[in-house]
Amino acid sequence: MTYAPSARQQERFAYRRRQAIRSVLLAALSTAVVGVLFAVGITGSPGWPRVKQSFLNVDVATKYLPDILDGFWLNIQLFLVCAPLALLLGLLMAVLRTLRGPVFFPVRAIATGYTYMFRGLPLIITIYLFAFGLPGLRLQGTPDVLVLGGAAITITYGSYLAEVFRAGIESVHPSQIAAARSLGLSYRQAMRHVVLPQAVRRVAPPLLNDVVSMQKDVGLISLAGPIDAIRSAQIGQAGSANFTPYVVAAVLFILLALPLIVITDRVTLRAARTQNAGI
Amino acid sequence: MLLSCTDVRKTFGDHVVLDNLGLEVAEHEVVALIGASGSGKSTLLRCVNLLTGIDDGTIHLDGEEITDPKVNPDLVRQKIGLVFQSYNLFPHMTVLDNITLAPTRVHGKSATEARELAMQWLDRVGLADKAKAFPDGLSGGQQQRVAIVRALVNSPRLLLLDEVTSALDPELVGEVLSMIRDLKAEGMTMVLATHEMGFAKQVADRVVFLDAGRVLEQGPPAQVLGDPVEPRTRQFLARIIEAGRL
Ligand SMILES: Nc1ncnc2c1ncn2[C@@H]1O[C@H](COP(=O)(O)OP(=O)(O)OP(=O)(O)O)[C@@H](O)[C@H]1O
Ligand SMILES: [Mg+2]
Repeated sequence: MTYAPSARQQERFAYRRRQAIRSVLLAALSTAVVGVLFAVGITGSPGWPRVKQSFLNVDVATKYLPDILDGFWLNIQLFLVCAPLALLLGLLMAVLRTLRGPVFFPVRAIATGYTYMFRGLPLIITIYLFAFGLPGLRLQGTPDVLVLGGAAITITYGSYLAEVFRAGIESVHPSQIAAARSLGLSYRQAMRHVVLPQAVRRVAPPLLNDVVSMQKDVGLISLAGPIDAIRSAQIGQAGSANFTPYVVAAVLFILLALPLIVITDRVTLRAARTQNAGI
Repeated sequence: MLLSCTDVRKTFGDHVVLDNLGLEVAEHEVVALIGASGSGKSTLLRCVNLLTGIDDGTIHLDGEEITDPKVNPDLVRQKIGLVFQSYNLFPHMTVLDNITLAPTRVHGKSATEARELAMQWLDRVGLADKAKAFPDGLSGGQQQRVAIVRALVNSPRLLLLDEVTSALDPELVGEVLSMIRDLKAEGMTMVLATHEMGFAKQVADRVVFLDAGRVLEQGPPAQVLGDPVEPRTRQFLARIIEAGRL
């Protein structure tokens, strides 16, 4: 016998379909109303013409866009190098903090001190200290400010990420390690194959959140001097006495962040679903 | 003797959990550990597997003192299988990966070799179709059988089973028990902590009654369970009978 939905079930289908169409129409209508209200409210305000002139000036935007794009490419490169390094550093520090036994005391102390210090230190100050303090030592082979500033960002974010990783590692129940060790796996193997994969999965949403936030903070490199998008925008602003270049840079940063934000949203949703699925 | 525990002492703070405990297990022997909750059954199994250190005494496996601090515990654990009451399967791995993890990472088997071995075992316990499933998609009895297979693929000299049926409802208990009965028929040496007296009676060569961290009484199941000498054992069994578990 092949299954055919009963009359009652077909009624349910039809009812749900009608409901779905109704709610889509309602959503479209309310969105349109809110959008129109916003547009009218803003463009109708008394200061609008001046704001439009000094923040949304098309001529200024086209003039400085190429320079800002050039600078933005630096931000992208910096992000692509710093983000993986910060993730690695964070993971390493988190694992070091879990090591037990007196032999590892110095390692643990360094890792703990590191996370305490750089989570407390404002990123701006760290960048200044790295970019202007270290060269002051006049050591041989001090790298240029771009590398130093990048290191400051990486090390600061590494300390946030280390705490996220550590929370993940500690959320894996000790019985999982016991099970792995009872099979003859060494501590390292148990970490690598059993604890870390579960830990990383669990903290993927907060990790990605920090990566999104890092993506915009690479713009702080401009404080150290390299000409990135924000620095170019600043130069443009000084040259044109108009704030539009900042808005251009802002739009670029948002566009870069969007894909990551969407991914983070998806991962968070999926994590929430799988966590509730078992019950 | 395959396993000898001599004067084993284990404390947690002031609490003496194992107190001069002695236990000998011969090759191919199946020993059931019984005793009230908190009497130290799980602790003993964890000590034998070196998951927790002991505070005095010695444990020998195959004539080698495994409690010698110079011994590498990873090598000892490779010879001992331990199955937990709560299965402890790795939730992020498929059933197959759970089983092949130790053979490939610890025992140097190739991926194909390990997979074939795992599939043979899964086939044997009727779970071949679950190889690609994740643990949370399995029933309790299925998970526990996978956990036992995970320990067995490493061909342990000794299998420790900690109340492997206590989280299962009666129907699922049967699946796991028949698996253990088969292992006994093949000569596997096992030490099992259990609250199922009926099971201890059927499958064990010897029943050991633990009380306050000591072996109070031991002998053939019929004697210990049917005609115990010690008043404490009688008391314990009376309570078990009251609860309808004998
Ligand atoms: N990690 C620990 N820290 C402190 N005390 C512990 C620890 N593990 C076990 N104990 C104590 O040791 C005693 C023996 O515990 P154990 O788990 O071995 O008992 P058991 O015989 O297996 O009991 P059950 O039948 O309930 O499983 C208990 O009193 C318990 O509270
Ligand atoms: Mg127990």
